[in-house]
Amino acid sequence: MEKLINLTLKVWRQNGSKAKGRFETYKVNNVSTGSSFLEMLDMLNEQLVNEDKVPVAFDHDCREGICGTCSLYINGRPHGPDDDVTTCQLHMRKFTDGQTITIEPWRSTAFPVIYDLMVDRRAFDKIISAGGYVSVNTGGVPDANAIPIAKADADEAMDSASCIGCGACVAACKNGSAMLFVSAKVSQLAMLPQGRIEASRRAKAMVAKMDELGFGNCTNTGACEVECPKNISLSNIARLNREFLYAKFQD
Amino acid sequence: MSNLLTASIGRKLLMSVSGLFLILFLFVHLILNSFLLLDGCMGFETGQLFNAGVHFMGTNPLIKIIEPTLALGFVVHIVYSLILTLQNMKARGQQAYASGKKTTGVEWASLNMLPLGIAILAFLIVHIFNFYLKMKGYIAWEGGEVEFPFFGSMATGENAYALVNEAFQSLPLVLLYVVGSVALAFHLAHGFWSAFHTIGWNNPIWMPRLRVISNVVAIILGGGFTVIALAQYLFF
Repeated sequence: MEKLINLTLKVWRQNGSKAKGRFETYKVNNVSTGSSFLEMLDMLNEQLVNEDKVPVAFDHDCREGICGTCSLYINGRPHGPDDDVTTCQLHMRKFTDGQTITIEPWRSTAFPVIYDLMVDRRAFDKIISAGGYVSVNTGGVPDANAIPIAKADADEAMDSASCIGCGACVAACKNGSAMLFVSAKVSQLAMLPQGRIEASRRAKAMVAKMDELGFGNCTNTGACEVECPKNISLSNIARLNREFLYAKFQD
Repeated sequence: MSNLLTASIGRKLLMSVSGLFLILFLFVHLILNSFLLLDGCMGFETGQLFNAGVHFMGTNPLIKIIEPTLALGFVVHIVYSLILTLQNMKARGQQAYASGKKTTGVEWASLNMLPLGIAILAFLIVHIFNFYLKMKGYIAWEGGEVEFPFFGSMATGENAYALVNEAFQSLPLVLLYVVGSVALAFHLAHGFWSAFHTIGWNNPIWMPRLRVISNVVAIILGGGFTVIALAQYLFF
């Protein structure tokens, strides 16, 4: 049943990357439990604009959980208290009337805060640029059965490819490691014949870039897997380890 | 191969391989420790089996190679754990989450490998002073010479059993050993399967099994050392 709830928000405010941040407390009333978390933040911003205050900056784009733009560390968890959803898919029915909600940006050295709740996630783009692609033009869509691929491989590659690069894995990781992201991006190509050809070069280049950008080292803790809105499996990390070590031992 | 050890995964491989090597050592150690309790059921006089084991370990020429390798294993495992942890702390950043970490379903041990490792190291140092340095003759002690069966004949050597037996009559020391063993069990419950994961094992059938085996290894080793220390205190 849809109902209206009143909330207290503790929001991280930071006027630019160099500024010192602090928490500000706001009240938002009459939030529909049928609305999304970002719609609730829209309500807050409208309120702030009407009061001639600076609205809270936060990342958002598609608002249907496929673009990977939204972030937010909500009440102790990336993408909030629900499982397997992005913040834009998080419903306000997951919260109760009178609740205090703490909203923070992703915290990681490789993801510096740009403004308020926005962080710079270009480090992920740099890792992709280092090798997360197939470098030949593969032309148009080929005939479906021209290259036979086992159903199990196709499914697993597709599961890995569902990573939207939101960075929740890094935000959740006690080591600030990007291994779940990198391993998904390496795996989605390593399991298919078109990507297999460059698998060694890709694994080495992407891991080198990941290390260079100051991400931490994976300790197989698994918090990333729990918080991933797309359910990317930890087994991708083992596959990346194998791809990388195999490539290195071949050199 | 060139810059393997400067890459994150290469360093983790060192942690993994050195860790598995240390686990292998722990199994050998546990088998030898079990001699402390087994005299009765094997038909020997108290202490004979353990003394023979210690004599074998002290006189075996292979030990001269294995011992430095083992020390290297410890050094690599500890040094690289510190390097990696410092990098991880730097990557995590200064600013902690004000709302804490409420991610559920994460192994407690996996979040506390460094504190557990430090506990094991502290125990290890005490342990080395308790027994290793004495049995190796670096610290003087009075055990006296005893005779024991050794590969079909009788041999004489120092009474290492007496040293252990006497040490384990002290309740605080026994409790310290129990704490060290329990810390070890938790460390291994995560460490064992994690080591294989780092090498690249992700077989969907065997990975869940490996996690179970990991707990079994942890219980055998941690539990084994605990039981031996307690039994020595209570029954011998």
